[in-house]
Amino acid sequence: MGVVERGEASGADLHAAYLDAIRERDGELHSYLRTVDEADGAGVPIAFKDLISSKGVETTAGSKILSGYVPVFDSTVAARCREAGLPLLGKTNMDEFAMGSSTENSGFGPTRNPWDPERVPGGSSGGSAAAVAAGLAPWALGSDTGGSVKQPASLCGIVGLRPTYGTVSRYGIVAFASSLDQIGPMTKTVRDNALLYRIVAGRDPCDTTTVDLPEPVEIPEREDLNGVRVGVPRELNEAEGIEPGVKGAVDRTIELCRELGAEVGETSLPRSVEYGLACYYLVAPAEASSNLARYDGARYGLRVDGANVREMYEKTRDAGLGDEPKRRIMLGAYALSAGYYDAYYGQAQRVRTVIAQEHAAAFEQFHVLVSPTSPTVAFKLGEKAENPLAMYLSDVLTIPSNMAGLPGLSIPCGLSDRLPVGFQLIGPQFSENLLFRTGHALERAIGFDFVPGRLQ
Amino acid sequence: MAITRDEVLHVARLARLELTDDEIDKFTEQLSAILEAVAKVSELDLSEVEPTAHPLDLVNVWAEDEPRPSLPLDEALANAPDRHGGFFKVPPA
Repeated sequence: MGVVERGEASGADLHAAYLDAIRERDGELHSYLRTVDEADGAGVPIAFKDLISSKGVETTAGSKILSGYVPVFDSTVAARCREAGLPLLGKTNMDEFAMGSSTENSGFGPTRNPWDPERVPGGSSGGSAAAVAAGLAPWALGSDTGGSVKQPASLCGIVGLRPTYGTVSRYGIVAFASSLDQIGPMTKTVRDNALLYRIVAGRDPCDTTTVDLPEPVEIPEREDLNGVRVGVPRELNEAEGIEPGVKGAVDRTIELCRELGAEVGETSLPRSVEYGLACYYLVAPAEASSNLARYDGARYGLRVDGANVREMYEKTRDAGLGDEPKRRIMLGAYALSAGYYDAYYGQAQRVRTVIAQEHAAAFEQFHVLVSPTSPTVAFKLGEKAENPLAMYLSDVLTIPSNMAGLPGLSIPCGLSDRLPVGFQLIGPQFSENLLFRTGHALERAIGFDFVPGRLQ
Repeated sequence: MAITRDEVLHVARLARLELTDDEIDKFTEQLSAILEAVAKVSELDLSEVEPTAHPLDLVNVWAEDEPRPSLPLDEALANAPDRHGGFFKVPPA
C-alpha cells in the first residue's frame, strides 16, 4: 500500500500492473470471472466477489441464471470503495450464490489454490482469496454466511474478517441467507484488513439492518497481548476431523498468545458445536428458498421460454440453477412447509438462541475465543464434490459464531504439509478492534510468509 | 429415506423447479441424507427457549418519508429479457 501513499505509483499504474499480472497468471487459477480495463480512482485497486453489484459491470453471483446481468446501480460497499478512490480490478469467482466451501460450485468452472493448483481455494469467496494470495489483487471483498470469508482465507494463507452482523451494508449484494450474510475484507495483513473495514463499515439508510459502529475502527499498532484473556473452547479445538497438522499449528499459536502476555484458559461451547451445523443447514436454506424465488426469468438474467408463464419459470430455474442451489432451495422449502415447520425451522431458531447464550456466557470470562478456522488444509478438487454432507463439514468450526452474529477473524498461523493453516479469533459483537489488535500482535510474532512457496 | 420421491416432487413444484427423472432420484437420496443429519436439532428439548430470527435486537427502524429520485424506466427495464412499452413482458398465464 505504501507505494501509493508515498506517491511512487498512481492507482492507475498499479491497476495496469495488476491487470498484466492477471492476464499472465490467472489462466491457471481462474480467480477472476472478468476484469475491468479502466482504472476509476487513484487509490489501491480492489477486487470484488461477484455477488457485489457494481454499476455497469456484469454481476452473476457465480450463477448462469444471472449471466449477462449488468447492475444499473452500485451496492453501498462498491459506492464506498469508489468514493475512497479504489479502482475496481474485476469480479472474482465464487460458489454459485455463495453456496459452497470450495468454489467448485461456480457455474463458470472452479478456482484453484495458488499454493497447489490441484487443490481448492476454499469457498465460497474462493476467487477473492486466491487472487489476494497469488498477488493478483492487493485486497478484495468477499462475503460470509457460514464461513465463506474465513474458510477460504484459511485455505489460501491470507487474512479474512467476517464482521459483526449489521456493521457492513448488504444493499446491492446478491442475497443468500439474509440473517447471516455479511461482506468482509480479505487482505494480506491485519492492518490492511482494518483499513478496508474502515472504508466499508457503518450504517447505511438503504439497509435497515445496519447500525452505527460504537467506536471508530483503529489500525492496530501494539505487538503485545497484555491484559487480553483468550478462551480456548474445547469443542472447537477437539472436534472430530481436525487434522493433526492443523491442531499442531493452532496449539503453537495459542502458546504464542501466552508468550505475548495474554491470559489463556479453557472454556466450553457444548451445544453450539454439536448442533451448530444442523441449525445452519435449516436456517440458511430456509432463507435461501425465499431469496432465490426472484430468479424466474421475468425481470433480469436468463430466460428459457415456455408455453405459459409457469412453464417459463420452471424451465428457466432448471436450466439456470446448479445442483447446490437446487438442493438448498428444496431443503428450505421442505423445512418451511406445513407440518414440518415447527420440527425443523422453528426448532433451528431455538437452537440459535442457545448458541448465542453459550457464546455470551464464554465472553463473561474471556475477551476472545480461538480455534482452527477449518478442520483441514486445502483439499483436492473433486474430493468432496459428490458428497454434499462432507463438504458441509468444512464449515463446522466457523458456523457456530456466525449463527450468533459474532465477528471472526482468520489469520494464517503456519503450514501443514506445505499448505496454510488458519487461526480463528472470535469476539463479542462489535469487538473488531480487539480482533484486529490480537490478530496483528500474533501476525507480527508468527512472521507468516504469505507468498505461496511455488511462487517465490 | 427421510424424504420420499413424491415429497421431493412436491417441494420442487412449490419452488418452481422442473427436474429431470435423474435429478429426482439423485436429490431424493441426497436430501434424505441431509435431512437425517439436520434432524439432530430435535434431540434437544427447547420448549422453554425463545426462537432467534435475527442476531441483533433491532425494532422498528424508521426513516423520514421523503420523496427521492428513483430509477428511470429504461434503466429499470435495462436487464429485462423481454419488454412491452414500460412493462416486463412474459408468456401468458
